[in-house]
Amino acid sequence: MQFMLLFSRQGKLRLQKWYVPLSDKEKKKITRELVQTVLARKPKMCSFLEWRDLKIVYKRYASLYFCCAIEDQDNELITLEIIHRYVELLDKYFGSVCELDIIFNFEKAYFILDEFLLGGEAQETSKKNVLKAIEQADLLQEVSHHEACIAPSGNAFLTQHSSFLIHEPTLNSHILITRNMCS
Amino acid sequence: MSDVVEKTLTALPSLLSLDSQPGAGKLSSTSKLGQFIRNITELTSKHEEEKLIKKELAVIKDQVSSPYTTMRQMRELMVRSMYCEMLGYEASFAYIHAIKLAQQGTVLEKRAGYLAVSLFLNENHELLLLLVNTVLKDLQSTNIIEVCMALTVVSQIFPKDMIPAVLPLVEEKLSHPKEIIRRKAVLALYKFYLIAPNQVQHIHGKFRKALCDKDPGVMTSSLHIYLQMIQESPDSYKDLVGSFVTILRQVVGGKLPLDFNYHSIPAPWLQMQLLRILSLLGREDQSTSETMYDVLNESLRRAEMNHNITYAILYECVKAIYTIHPKAELLEKAAKCIGNFVLSPKINLKYLGLKALTYVVQHDASLALQHQMTIIECLDHSDLLIKRETLELLFRITNAQNVTVIVERILSFLRLCNDDYTIIDLVGKVAELAEKYAPDNEWFIQTMTVVFSLGGDLMPPDIPSSFLRLLAEGSQSEVDDRQLKVYAVNSYLSVLNDDCSHLPQRFLQVISWVLGEYSYLREGLDQEEVILLLKKLLDQRGVSAETRSWVLSALTKLCRGSGRAELALAVAESLSSTLDTVLRQQGHELRHLIQDGSLHARVLPQPAPANSLEVDSSLSFLDGFVSDALAAGAAPYKPPHQRQEELGQQRAPTLEPYALSLPMSLSSCTVTDRQSPSVLSMSSGLSANSTEPSQRAGVATLMLEGVKRVWGKEGYLPQRDTSETPATVEEPSDVVQSSHQQVVIDISQPEPEPEPPQLDKKQQLASSLFVGLGSQNSACLLGKTEATVPRFRRKPHLNDASSSGTSERSSDSSHSSHSTADSFLYGGLLEEEPATPIQSSRHAPQPIAASGSCEARQHGLTVNGVDENRGGAVVCAKEEKRAHPTQLIESDMVRVRPNALAEGAVVPPQNCSRHLPSTSSCGSDSEVLKLPFELQNLPHSDIISLISDSHLCISCCRVFREDALLIVLFLSNSTEMVLCDVALELSCEELQMGSLRGNVMESMAGRTSSVCHYTVFMERPHTHVPFTGTVSYQTQPGHKHTLHFSGKLTTADFIRPLVLSTEEYGKLWLSFSHDVKQNLRLLTDAGDPLIATLNVLKDCLQLHIVDIIGSEGIVACRLLDGAPCLMHCRVHGASLAVWLRSSLSSFPDCLLYHCQRALQEH
Repeated sequence: MQFMLLFSRQGKLRLQKWYVPLSDKEKKKITRELVQTVLARKPKMCSFLEWRDLKIVYKRYASLYFCCAIEDQDNELITLEIIHRYVELLDKYFGSVCELDIIFNFEKAYFILDEFLLGGEAQETSKKNVLKAIEQADLLQEVSHHEACIAPSGNAFLTQHSSFLIHEPTLNSHILITRNMCS
Repeated sequence: MSDVVEKTLTALPSLLSLDSQPGAGKLSSTSKLGQFIRNITELTSKHEEEKLIKKELAVIKDQVSSPYTTMRQMRELMVRSMYCEMLGYEASFAYIHAIKLAQQGTVLEKRAGYLAVSLFLNENHELLLLLVNTVLKDLQSTNIIEVCMALTVVSQIFPKDMIPAVLPLVEEKLSHPKEIIRRKAVLALYKFYLIAPNQVQHIHGKFRKALCDKDPGVMTSSLHIYLQMIQESPDSYKDLVGSFVTILRQVVGGKLPLDFNYHSIPAPWLQMQLLRILSLLGREDQSTSETMYDVLNESLRRAEMNHNITYAILYECVKAIYTIHPKAELLEKAAKCIGNFVLSPKINLKYLGLKALTYVVQHDASLALQHQMTIIECLDHSDLLIKRETLELLFRITNAQNVTVIVERILSFLRLCNDDYTIIDLVGKVAELAEKYAPDNEWFIQTMTVVFSLGGDLMPPDIPSSFLRLLAEGSQSEVDDRQLKVYAVNSYLSVLNDDCSHLPQRFLQVISWVLGEYSYLREGLDQEEVILLLKKLLDQRGVSAETRSWVLSALTKLCRGSGRAELALAVAESLSSTLDTVLRQQGHELRHLIQDGSLHARVLPQPAPANSLEVDSSLSFLDGFVSDALAAGAAPYKPPHQRQEELGQQRAPTLEPYALSLPMSLSSCTVTDRQSPSVLSMSSGLSANSTEPSQRAGVATLMLEGVKRVWGKEGYLPQRDTSETPATVEEPSDVVQSSHQQVVIDISQPEPEPEPPQLDKKQQLASSLFVGLGSQNSACLLGKTEATVPRFRRKPHLNDASSSGTSERSSDSSHSSHSTADSFLYGGLLEEEPATPIQSSRHAPQPIAASGSCEARQHGLTVNGVDENRGGAVVCAKEEKRAHPTQLIESDMVRVRPNALAEGAVVPPQNCSRHLPSTSSCGSDSEVLKLPFELQNLPHSDIISLISDSHLCISCCRVFREDALLIVLFLSNSTEMVLCDVALELSCEELQMGSLRGNVMESMAGRTSSVCHYTVFMERPHTHVPFTGTVSYQTQPGHKHTLHFSGKLTTADFIRPLVLSTEEYGKLWLSFSHDVKQNLRLLTDAGDPLIATLNVLKDCLQLHIVDIIGSEGIVACRLLDGAPCLMHCRVHGASLAVWLRSSLSSFPDCLLYHCQRALQEH
């Protein structure tokens, strides 16, 4: 895999991970071009597209697009499943994940990605192991910051920004299905 | 529930938090970021966002440089700067602080610091050097999390030069008790392997340990490395096949922990990785492939669930099955799988199906036929990607009959396409197809016109230059050439008469060249009109200086004659004040040429003769300079492609357009003599330079751009020998005929499905697209079966043409000479052995040692029942016939060579039935047969049995004499009877047969043997040369028996070492023009790979190793005592880059083919 991008329906970049050395200028150019191309595609279309000499594999989860660039000899379908596994991991970690989680905790999303993919290759495909590694590191956080914190209910906040929510009925049911299958 | 709590804690900013409180910790920091994010999302305009972020960055910058900022605050600042960077605003001031944070922070802050570093910097950033110490420290830490973080960052970004510093520590981690550490260490080493393979060479043994790790995660990670290494040299890892198969079997069988399941499929990533590795290992290796059939079958069987992930596995399975040595049963299943993909309503699967089909049609084009209607539907699919992949598929099945339809499709796609990469790729493909299969001149020119106008100036320059070269060099038919040129002139005139302001520069250049060169060919065309048109072009705005210069050259060619001269003079005048110096000079030249008519005629003769320009392509006038420089120690010249190879591969995505797959180049070689060795192997019976018949024969079957056809409906097609059928035995060289026979056989088979009479539009399209596909003619719908010869066969090189001529002539003469020789010999010159002229002229004193062995041999023969007194007196070792000492070249030459003949010898069926048990001793007979003494000291092959019947047994041995190949045939009478009138005849059409002796005997006593020699010469290399022969004899008067036999000779039999010094080699090298470059496999199993490989080649092919310096070696050989071939070898990575040169055009190709064979068989 050459790089992975997460962006919203509005074209805002949410996460970017580059596995090949490129200059910032190139990165920006690629991102801009790709976001435009992918957003212009119709829902019934193929999840793959040819772009320069790369293959782009993308999938939309609610309002968020996950987009990977792979080489020609790579398998497109498995890349689609890599995306899905990443979503599953996020979902398991954050509870039922929404775009907000990724925006406000983007560094966590990066940590999870780094445990799952390393140098562009799938590092650990066992869901349990990935989350265990993250939780271990998080544990330190809990220990060092054991101040009690009282916060208002999350729901109130989420409803204020309902436009951000990625939980649409389809996705919910989808993730439920995957959970049942995995357990 | 804990999830919810944690989420609440982390995701939500506290409304109560106060930034000023230093102890506020996580919540306050999150809130700051949260507040910032919320502020940004509330903004509506890009401008406001920019203002806000600039402000934020200023604040961050201020804070990071403050000495009072704690690490905890720093961490929060880093997160904020990461966010700003993600939004596209540069925060380079934070980079150094990210490194500092990774260095000095506690575990938690380190984590953020490392993340920031990996996001901010890339591999080449100079600040990364500052990170090395931190990484070293963390790798040695006792805290697992710190080690993990260090390993993670190392495998993401690490400066190449610093690898040696951390390598020992990473290596050490391979035996860490925690699997997560081992796993990350393996991946870090994988990364190192990718960027600096040499540095991890010494730990290959440890990779094996990782492969056997008890943790599946570690094992999976090690497969990344293996996949990479096996891709580079599959042969070094054949011993691991068993392990990979076992692992895959266990995975498929569900032996892994359930954790690794994904949607109830066990470890799909692992499965796919293994399938890829296996396909690489099993490629072209039957025995290895056989070990994996079972597990592949099992994978196919298990992957039946209807989910994306199973399809992903199936796709890899199918690819593996088609890559490895084929097995009919699996192929059938794989073909069915592809069918499921292609027919799936899901668009993603359909795409993958097309991709698989594109991969598979290379092996078996008939699969495309099965899915033709689906392919047609995909051609009109709304999704461009599907369309594009379909076109790719069509490109691979194009032949002379469907080319117009396919090219039309591609062009109409191109007209709507606006992606540069796609355009460049497709334009190249159309140009290739047009040149290869154009049905007529008109179509060709029109298609190329579209190609030029669509391809525009993005088009790589090869296409126009190759097109012009084709026009200039022409084909074999002069009438055709002229017609083509005139048609081009006509159509370009009409293009220029229209509005041509939108035409790309490259096209204008082509037009002006063609008009300048060939407009005189069109009758009734006023040249002034052409000049006016060109002048208009010259004045047109938007025409580049380069194009103007092309136009001007055309004008210069046309300016002869009064009216034209004035026009041209006006142009020249107008250019005299131009600022462009090139144009001004050309204008100046133009004026001079107009004024001096005789000079003009000399410089630019009107019908430019094809060979008027004597180009010294080898630049021989520089030879002295070059050899002086070489003698002074200069490095030998490396061509650009070789230099590029050496630059090593970078992993960065190439943002350059695709390289074209065109086989054309500007070098002196033409398409026809650039046959790859694999093609040579396909046309087993064909001579290397007779591409013409091979192409023609191909039309009847397939024309897949030289793709080796090894797959048929029944699976693998074994390599077809021309000597397979008795009919071809009679005329082994006539390939056209043999292919006709093939067609006849094919047609005679029942047609599988008669076509329904009604044909709707789609079926019509299908029939035009898939015409001529598949091995059976019956398979195409409306198949026109007449074979069309590719229109633009480039004119073959002169010596090629003459060679085919001479070979025909020589075959004729050999026929006649045979008959006369036979009648002459039937006259009863039995004892009189017409010794070969060379031998008789080379009498030499007999070495004493040899006489001893001579006696021993005679003794041996007597023991074996050959009585010289009673026998035909042919086998006798007379002193005069002793080999000349000069023929005992090097002592290591006297060896037995491997038997290439055995595989070629095919016994005609009618003789097999006559086998009697009594002749079973034949095989053992051949063991006791011995070569005549004078030949024993020459290098020779084993003696093999060619054929036998109840009376006679024929064996053969090849003796490699310096100047010729001797075919020594042994006739042994296996009965007690006396055989009468034994006559032997041997013929070979491609070769010159020299002297022969002992081929007729009046009688042959029971249990005796007789020897017969043929001297064979090869003047032009042929990869394989079949020979046939007959023996007739009478058991009793009137009972005539005939035995047919055949065999095959290869160029390798005719290659002799050429002993020369390095200096002589250098001089010879420069004098040859025919060269071929190729990469060969490097043998890495023992010792120095270069020396090992060259030794194998030397042993198999009798090459002479001139010199080996470092990673380069030079090798020389020649065809008997004739044309030499020089080979320059250089180790490049895991392969051997060879460069061959010879004075014979087809020799390098032939030799290369045999080198490949030799290395493969080793």
